[in-house]
Amino acid sequence: MDAGLLSFLIFSAVKIGVVFGAVMTMFAYAVLAERKISAAIQDRVGPNRVSFPLIGSIPVIGPFLTRLGIWQPLVDGVKAFTKEDYTPEHVRKGWFWLAPMVAMVPSVLVLAVIPFGSSMDFGKVFGLDFGRQAMVIADLNVGILYTFGIVSLSVYGIVLAGYASNSKFPFLGGIRASAQMISYEIAMGMSVVPVFMIIGELNLSDIIAYQAENGWLAFPLFASKMNTDAFVLLPCMVVSFLIFTVSAFAETNRLPFDLPEAETELVSGYNTEYGSMKFAFFFMGEYIAMIAGSAMIVVLFFGGWTLPFWGLDQTADTLVKGVLQILIFVGKLSVFLGMMIWVRWMLPRFRYDQLMDLGWRRILPLALANIVLTAVLIYWNHAS
Amino acid sequence: MATTREIEIGDSVASVAASLAEGHGIREIDGDRMVLNMGPSHPSTHGVLRIVLELDGEVITKATPDIGYLHRGDEKIAENMTYTQFIPYTDRLDYLAPLANNVAYSLAVEKLLDVHDKLPLRCQYIRVICCELARISAHLLGLGAFAMDVGALTVFLHTFTEREKIYSLCESLTGARFTTSYTRIGGVARDTPAGWIDALEKFLLEVEVNFDESEKLLTRNRIWVDRTRNVGVISREDAIDYGITGPNLRGSGVDYDVRKAHPYLIYDQLEFDVPLGSVGDCYDRYLVRMEEMRQSVRIIRQCIKGLPGGRDNQGGEAVNLDDGKIVLPPKAKVLTSMEELIHQFMLVTQGVNAPKGEIYFGAENPKGELGFYINSLGGGTPNRLKIRAPSFVNLSILPELLKGCLISDVVAILGSIDFVMGECDR
Repeated sequence: MDAGLLSFLIFSAVKIGVVFGAVMTMFAYAVLAERKISAAIQDRVGPNRVSFPLIGSIPVIGPFLTRLGIWQPLVDGVKAFTKEDYTPEHVRKGWFWLAPMVAMVPSVLVLAVIPFGSSMDFGKVFGLDFGRQAMVIADLNVGILYTFGIVSLSVYGIVLAGYASNSKFPFLGGIRASAQMISYEIAMGMSVVPVFMIIGELNLSDIIAYQAENGWLAFPLFASKMNTDAFVLLPCMVVSFLIFTVSAFAETNRLPFDLPEAETELVSGYNTEYGSMKFAFFFMGEYIAMIAGSAMIVVLFFGGWTLPFWGLDQTADTLVKGVLQILIFVGKLSVFLGMMIWVRWMLPRFRYDQLMDLGWRRILPLALANIVLTAVLIYWNHAS
Repeated sequence: MATTREIEIGDSVASVAASLAEGHGIREIDGDRMVLNMGPSHPSTHGVLRIVLELDGEVITKATPDIGYLHRGDEKIAENMTYTQFIPYTDRLDYLAPLANNVAYSLAVEKLLDVHDKLPLRCQYIRVICCELARISAHLLGLGAFAMDVGALTVFLHTFTEREKIYSLCESLTGARFTTSYTRIGGVARDTPAGWIDALEKFLLEVEVNFDESEKLLTRNRIWVDRTRNVGVISREDAIDYGITGPNLRGSGVDYDVRKAHPYLIYDQLEFDVPLGSVGDCYDRYLVRMEEMRQSVRIIRQCIKGLPGGRDNQGGEAVNLDDGKIVLPPKAKVLTSMEELIHQFMLVTQGVNAPKGEIYFGAENPKGELGFYINSLGGGTPNRLKIRAPSFVNLSILPELLKGCLISDVVAILGSIDFVMGECDR
């Protein structure tokens, strides 16, 4: 086999493994963050009981980590895996088993095109020349189209769960999900069109490269060269960012758009009949979709892995810098993840018709108007 | 000539029951409608209310409430025990405001005994404080649960923090956090413990902050307003026709508050406003409850100020009626004095010797007018005791109110009506 192909295969496998592992860890700690942040908002303590055998008995640090709930995700995982996998009598078996997987897989697939760092030079390892490798699993030219294609699949898992449960509350949840997610997907798609009109590329790595040079789209301060064009286009980008964020909430079924779940109305919505790991898959799907959504926000509007100081917006020339850029990306992503969690605990839920109204009659026209305005401003920028 | 009329009971409750009996699988499909069974165990039916909804898509075409899952036969139980023995049962009516139930029941019995206007002033003040504390407690829960049903979970936990403080106050006053059984016929079980009024004052300061916080989260929140305004509108006429009372009635703009219309205890000497709604929708009912809590704080402050005997009763004011035939005498005297011994014996074995007759007494409870109708043939037990439970009456408008709403509105309406099944089913 050709050495280049071999190193590509090995490195891709490593990247997939590392990204998947990292995202699973982030999922686990996002759940912990959700519980801790909600506890802080609601004047509670949150998980603070699980202690790890040896580390727990280290003076100061052990109890501190316990109080932080650091070990909680571990026992949560153990609990979900060891719980009896119960399938109710009345469900449509095959679909019932399929639904959680269909719900989770798309959100994981989206991660494939997200650049989480610049390229890093690994040189020779075990006699194989890895050379420079981009920190993205698949550097697709149609990255964003791929994203939207995959995201639209995630609705099937929920609709399928509603159908397969063969029970009324999940069924209503499934119906709501289908209408909601399709509506907001359109708004989401429209909201990113201005981004591509400005940059002229669909490849997410190129979008980051453009932002490194011209300043972040939704926050063009500290650009390496001050760009007046960016400030003219700023209002459009901010609107795009807001629409994209709102749609991301709706796509991930988070409050105030958690109608498919709506625990006070539909008991637990589409996942009412699910338990143990099958339920955990829906949960994972939701959280990974949140992570992917935050990652998309960061990539599209906030410069991805770049930071406009200390040369961190350039391709990494050392491994340390490369790792630092990955951490920057994770940091930015966490901010938006935290925002998603924060919003959930502050707002009531929309009603079904209000949700549709907001999606079709407010957000979609706004997104369309935004496209037109961006076009006009770009034309004006070029003319002047 | 006698005419007979067939009453057809072809409602959806029966049809659901029948299809349940058939076994599983997709049930009914009655034309193009879906029958959805909401409750008795459902997160937002607040206990065990069951509503059978007939849906056309998400729109409700028919709603049939089905009550009685918490029926314990309280009214029958009352016929088999003395008046005093029934007090603990009143805790379990509106279990969110047991103190107010205790007071209402005791006042009803005292009205039968014709001593209700002879109660010592300190007793009346303490009872008013109890009533208003119960009102705050019940409204806080009602508000929190309402917000939670609409999706704002945080409000619920914030209000619960304050309720927990009320429970602590109840505990030091009555010995129990939840089932207080505080009043006695002709008085209260015990005077306020030392320092209790100070604790109460501190609580009032804290709870007012909480009201502001809850209001900040909700009152001008666009989603909250969208979800509640013009939803579940009860017109003035409907509210009166259905006999709705309490904040729900006042939310519809009817100025009726038992505390003002038929003052009992010392309510006629206190200054407070009765908030009224204008539209009668969920939002109005929310605002009315919010303001009622503030008014309750105002009332309690006045009571603390005017409390006879001072905070810890340094003045030695009586808290019970000075009548050995109604109120148990102090234990020390029972052991030393013949007359007191006889009173104690008679009260414990026979109960108060009520005259023959019948009375109705209604008090303004958090959920509405809680009424007790007592029919007495004389002696220590009632011949018949009927409880007019406000939740029961308030729920009667549900079929009318839910028709044409969306499923999401059902939870908002249920939350805004703020009922307690313990009281409704009795």
